[in-house]
Amino acid sequence: MWLLNSSIGRKLIMSISGVFLILFLLFHASMNVAAVFSEEAYNAICSFLGANWYAVAATLVLAAGFLIHIIYAIWLTLLNRKARGSDRYAVNVRPKNVEWASQNMFILGLIVVGFLGLHFTQFWYKMMFAELMGHHEVALGSGMVSPQDGAAFIRYYFSNIIVVALYLVWYVALWFHLTHGFWSAIQTIGWSNGIWLKRWQAISNIFATLICLAFAFVTIFFYLKSIL
Amino acid sequence: MDKNINITLKVWRQKGPKEKGAFETYKLNNVSQGSSFLEMLDVLNEQLVNEGKEPVAFDHDCREGICGMCSLYINGHPHGPDSAVTTCQLHMRKFDDGATITVEPWRSAGFPVIRDLMVDRYAYDKIIQAGGFVSVNTGGIPDANAIPIPKKDADLAMDAAACIGCGACAAACKNGSAMLFVSAKVSQLALLPQGKIEAARRAKAMVAKMDELGFGNCTNTRSCEAECPKEVSISNIARLNREYIAAKLQD
Repeated sequence: MWLLNSSIGRKLIMSISGVFLILFLLFHASMNVAAVFSEEAYNAICSFLGANWYAVAATLVLAAGFLIHIIYAIWLTLLNRKARGSDRYAVNVRPKNVEWASQNMFILGLIVVGFLGLHFTQFWYKMMFAELMGHHEVALGSGMVSPQDGAAFIRYYFSNIIVVALYLVWYVALWFHLTHGFWSAIQTIGWSNGIWLKRWQAISNIFATLICLAFAFVTIFFYLKSIL
Repeated sequence: MDKNINITLKVWRQKGPKEKGAFETYKLNNVSQGSSFLEMLDVLNEQLVNEGKEPVAFDHDCREGICGMCSLYINGHPHGPDSAVTTCQLHMRKFDDGATITVEPWRSAGFPVIRDLMVDRYAYDKIIQAGGFVSVNTGGIPDANAIPIPKKDADLAMDAAACIGCGACAAACKNGSAMLFVSAKVSQLALLPQGKIEAARRAKAMVAKMDELGFGNCTNTRSCEAECPKEVSISNIARLNREYIAAKLQD
């Protein structure tokens, strides 16, 4: 199967799973922004996404997308290290026009996945997972809240400056990952040429900035709300 | 004005493909800045021979930037710090008096070291043999205007054909990927009507050979394009991806 045993096929899987995750991020960021304007609206989305069959099905598809992207990242990195050979260069210089992010996608991906673990224990585990386990109340700080009360989770976690700082670091790593990942995915699919390469790079930068600003805005908004 | 400079060279010495290599340091005085990098290495070798030592083995041939024979990874750059030139076109005026210059061979699993700075680049020839050509029945000379080709396509094909197959792309790539080379060789033919007929077969065969020879997977870092002595664009890589994916979907 050429998707598995050719270099371009493997890259295509990496690219399509990446674009899929980018679309998810767009959805997640839009959903978060709703919380700023109306906590009821945000909670309505949370209950809609609770343990309903379609939300669980979509989560499984999403998890598959993540897993494929991560497994292929590890596989490609190992293959590429082997292709580089056992002897490394003594002097390494990053040429002009080569983005730092493009050469550090795996490290950036590791950082993103690491923080994803934190995010899961704070939110997903106590929300969707708790609901799936049949709990109608979960402990959050000193009180008990409904696993569908997403706004309460946001208020609780984003009132802690350390959590806020960690999330902001996460968004920065994500920004670097996206600025390269987006246009690189398009290039791998082949939808690029001399003119469109520059356009896709500009779109990647704008898109990554918008997504990360949306996430950061919600995080900082709720922190300020908690101290004011 | 060009003057004479004193330099320190850190050169990779390796007796054979299986031997363990190491850097040797040499001092070279009164090197004319007007000389090319390879001429400087010739001077070094003369000095080594006079001292009764083994000269440094390095690849070179035409010394005018078209044969693709010279290589060398100089101070972290394939073909040295200058842009859009091969090592043979690199001049010593790019280096300052008292400079330390580190010279390494291409390092890539696809290009094993033969000796010192010389690597085996036969892998690129094998990729070409897999399909980097047009099959024609020889006959009379066709009329120059028999096959009209748009200027834009002719220009793009010519830009891709500027690739001299030196291997700087795979040497510069952190993934050891040969995609810039393969994409240039696929593009120069796929863009022209004469090459279109075999385009699908060519893309599949050349990529399969590239993968088989152990080159890495392209992650679009653009190092190849930045270091290419002929400034071949990565838009060729997008074209190769297109050609390859379309060919595979047609199967």
